[in-house]
Amino acid sequence: MSQDTLLEIKGLKIQGFSDERWHDIVKGVDVTLKRGQVMGLIGESGAGKSTLGLAAMGFTQPGCKITGGQILFDGVDLAQLSETEKRSYWGNRITYVAQSAAASFNPAHRLIDQTTASTLRFGKKSQAEAMDDARALYGELNLPNPDTIGDRYPHQVSGGQLQRVMTAMAMSPRPDLIIFDEPTTALDVTTQVEVLTAMRKIVEHFNTAAIYITHDLAVVAQMADFIKVLRYGEEVEEAETRKMLTAPEQDYTKSLWSVRALAKEPMPEQEPILKIKNIDAAYGKVKVLHNVDISVPRGSTVAVVGESGSGKSTTARVITGLLPPSAGDIEYEGQPLPPKLQDRSKDQKRRIQMIYQMADTAMNPRQTVREIIGRPLEFYLGLRGQAAEKRILELLEMIELDGRFIDRLPGELSGGQKQRICIARALAAEPDFIICDEVTSALDQIVQEGILRLLMRLQKELNLTYLFITHDISTVRAISDQVVVMNLGRVVEQGTKNDVFSPPHPEYTELLLSSVPEMDPDWLTNLNAARA
Amino acid sequence: MTQTSQTYSAKDEATSFLAQRTAWDRTKILLKKSPFTARFGMIVIALYVIVAVFAPWIAPYGEAEVFPTPYAPWGGDHMFGTDQIGRDILSRMIYGARNTVGIAFATTILAFLIGASLGLAAAINRSWLDQFISRSVDVLMAIPSLIFALVLLSIFGSSVINLIIIIAVLDSTRVFRLTRAVAVNVVVMDYVEAAKLRGEGLGWIMRREILPNIMPPLVAEFGLRFCFVFLTIAALSFLGVGIQPPTADWGSMVRENASLIQFAQYDLKAGLTPLLPAAAIALLTVAVNFVVDWFLHHTSGIKD
Repeated sequence: MSQDTLLEIKGLKIQGFSDERWHDIVKGVDVTLKRGQVMGLIGESGAGKSTLGLAAMGFTQPGCKITGGQILFDGVDLAQLSETEKRSYWGNRITYVAQSAAASFNPAHRLIDQTTASTLRFGKKSQAEAMDDARALYGELNLPNPDTIGDRYPHQVSGGQLQRVMTAMAMSPRPDLIIFDEPTTALDVTTQVEVLTAMRKIVEHFNTAAIYITHDLAVVAQMADFIKVLRYGEEVEEAETRKMLTAPEQDYTKSLWSVRALAKEPMPEQEPILKIKNIDAAYGKVKVLHNVDISVPRGSTVAVVGESGSGKSTTARVITGLLPPSAGDIEYEGQPLPPKLQDRSKDQKRRIQMIYQMADTAMNPRQTVREIIGRPLEFYLGLRGQAAEKRILELLEMIELDGRFIDRLPGELSGGQKQRICIARALAAEPDFIICDEVTSALDQIVQEGILRLLMRLQKELNLTYLFITHDISTVRAISDQVVVMNLGRVVEQGTKNDVFSPPHPEYTELLLSSVPEMDPDWLTNLNAARA
Repeated sequence: MTQTSQTYSAKDEATSFLAQRTAWDRTKILLKKSPFTARFGMIVIALYVIVAVFAPWIAPYGEAEVFPTPYAPWGGDHMFGTDQIGRDILSRMIYGARNTVGIAFATTILAFLIGASLGLAAAINRSWLDQFISRSVDVLMAIPSLIFALVLLSIFGSSVINLIIIIAVLDSTRVFRLTRAVAVNVVVMDYVEAAKLRGEGLGWIMRREILPNIMPPLVAEFGLRFCFVFLTIAALSFLGVGIQPPTADWGSMVRENASLIQFAQYDLKAGLTPLLPAAAIALLTVAVNFVVDWFLHHTSGIKD
């Protein structure tokens, strides 16, 4: 491995324009990356990691400008180059892999044409050579049918395959540097393993330098030679991966690591508050739930895990009454619950509340926190005026926010705060049972931990029951009492956390559990060795 | 370097929160940044409104007051002369603002009430109701609206009430289409589902959850629709089935004095007389479009 420096960023400062002012986004960061090295860039949202990653190409998003520092790529300061000069680097010597592959491909062109487009633009190869090379790359990335997959259109392949095609596209011009911006965040764990393996293999094969941006520590541990932690646009800490994982120096870095230490004490067996029996459900003619049977003990947390398409969210829709089942019964506190929402009484609706994955879309952007939390108070409990205001303030205290937030709009809250307001809205109805649909999966790890701690504390104080839908196994380990594993609309396994997580496992549970990245740089290598 | 706490606290998460501004402050900032064309438009619209509201005090003579000299020249007692039966043109222009603009405004409001509520109901319901309303609207839209309006007006008679209702119903089809299209995108949001789960009724979901989120395109459409209604009324009046005499309105004023235009070679001012109400129509249309353009630009979030 050659050790000459490829990229050197010195004292980089970037400002962004919003609300009629310039704000500092990146405040003087230094980066040194040698050829063939992979740098992991981690931090919570708003830390400036994507901005820094893009700046490594000399690119700033609209509304941002570089106000200081140098970006030396192979000795040339990209910050000083004109747009045209920079374009001779982009898609040529520096390439980029975006988070959402589905949104980044042009749906009107075949994959192979998009894969080879930039290579052909620079005239590096003839069309036939570029096509052959792309097929070879597909093969190297373990894509199925590498010779023909390129003839398909983006909607004809899965999300994980598309992300690998994008990696092939980035590798096609044989760049010196690839920037990966959260490439596996939107993927299921089992798919993530395949994509990570493929990316690592190809980066190692061509000795390409890479910057890997993510908020998932376990993922970055598999990919990076060294890790840089960012917060508020400043560097917190930088160290070689193994050292960073075993002996982080800064408190902030340690707090990032501690997220995974959350655990819940097992609780005594209780009578079930909700039982769903032999539920079948269908969207139109497509049957999505087959004979699903779940029982939820009062005051406990039942985690429902599975990949996308496993029927987790559909189960939630059946319980809430949005999707009446085609067969089976729902029992709440021993009483049958009408399958249709319209047939349920106001009190039955009040007692089952729901918290959504995307807090952004779960709150009306035109309503203030006061209106959002106040409405269930008025609707279910008849609280208005002073009484409602007092209760809203109590609820804000309960979710660790305060009265300053009462007149804000959702757009003026951070992701974690938004999710807290959604929790407060659910609590306002004074429910016994809350369905949490992937409530933490859109959040940074440190914020996730805060939300999970809050939910656990509220459960203890208010004796709440949670049905916790998630695809994240580490969350399940942290908060659940019982676990239901679902796959393709069926319950694969169901039992207490210890039973489900200790062997022997059914085949699917085994695959799911082993795919969860661990904070060990050798985890991916060992896993692939074991599976081979 | 700013000193930040190293432990996590939900209150201190980074947000884009700025000092609370009152609606008045925000309006002031918005106006300060408005381009020249938008300001021009707003001033013109304000002038029209003032003229329309205070017409009896501003106009030198009555709306239907007849003077002995028909077709009197410009100047003297009658600034823009008199019309074919000796009514003061300036006074009729001023009253015409009240009638034409007032009726157009009432019609547009009615069109929006009908179109928007049906559009919202169709977007939320999405079943036979949506099919029924949408197909009925398709049928209405299949017939050229000016001809349809002419037919209906000759059947029901051209009173002001009939005029308002007929044009409003015909124009509400466009409003329905727009409202349904934008509301369909909002209906699928989780917060609408959350409201349904809470047990909220159709009225609440329409008014409180969806309407505030589709206001910008509706407001913009309101401005444009107002122009079209206004032009339709002027056109109908020009054809003689719109606002009936002696009520002054700009469309019929153009028609009544249209023959004067051929005298322009002898007396330029006389020739200009029929163009005055036409110019009043044109100016208001342009002004409204300036304001709508700016509003659209502002709300669509395009910054440069």
